[in-house]
Amino acid sequence: MATRARPLSPHLQVYRPQLTSLLSIIHRATGVALSAAALGLVWGVVALATGQQAFATFTDLANGFIGRLVCAGFVFCLMYHWLNGLRHLAWDTGWGLEIKRAYATGWVVVVLAPTLTALLLWLLWA
Amino acid sequence: MSAFRTPLKIVHGLGSAREGANHWWMQRVTAMALAPLSVWFLWFAIANKGGDYAALSSAVGQPLNAVLLLAFIWALFHHAYLGLQVVIEDYVHPRALEITLMVLIRFGAILAVLSSSIAILRLVFIAVERT
Repeated sequence: MATRARPLSPHLQVYRPQLTSLLSIIHRATGVALSAAALGLVWGVVALATGQQAFATFTDLANGFIGRLVCAGFVFCLMYHWLNGLRHLAWDTGWGLEIKRAYATGWVVVVLAPTLTALLLWLLWA
Repeated sequence: MSAFRTPLKIVHGLGSAREGANHWWMQRVTAMALAPLSVWFLWFAIANKGGDYAALSSAVGQPLNAVLLLAFIWALFHHAYLGLQVVIEDYVHPRALEITLMVLIRFGAILAVLSSSIAILRLVFIAVERT
């Protein structure tokens, strides 16, 4: 059979981005980011058990400008991954797989993730 | 194709990866654990914010907090390992690099879990000694 260079599907360059596919890839990206956040948590716990000085180094870094920026990013990733993860678990029960409902719950994630992030950062830092 | 499979192989339902739906299922089980545990963790972080070193270290040393934090970290790294494994399988194409990365993240996850477990246990023992 002739192997012409046929378009593959979904071919990212020509495939129109959809809410569902965007939320799906962001779920992966936030998951990878949260793996890094988990290492940060281990660092904090180990520093806490090591002693006052080690923990002060950790909190100074976490409360610095860059530290807070990274923390804010991690909180957003957690909110997003948590909300969208519930969406995935609902799908696993067979609920919400219809196009209409998949979009509706998707928009709920889009609205709630930044809202909860702002609320949590306020609770953590204010 | 199924003619090549023995009835025993079919009834085991483990497929070519020899683990059946285990990866998929454990990803869900750890997710179900992490959904409430991460809420607890955020609540714990907010409740103990701004506390000094002694207050926070004795809070983590409380048995209930220590158990929940251990459960959170264990489930977190199990879930993260399973997720990263899929990402590597999907995007890292050189086979040698793919396998190397998968072994490395497994080692990393185990070391992370072990070191945080020992750290939390140490805080528990320190808290017990203080009483």
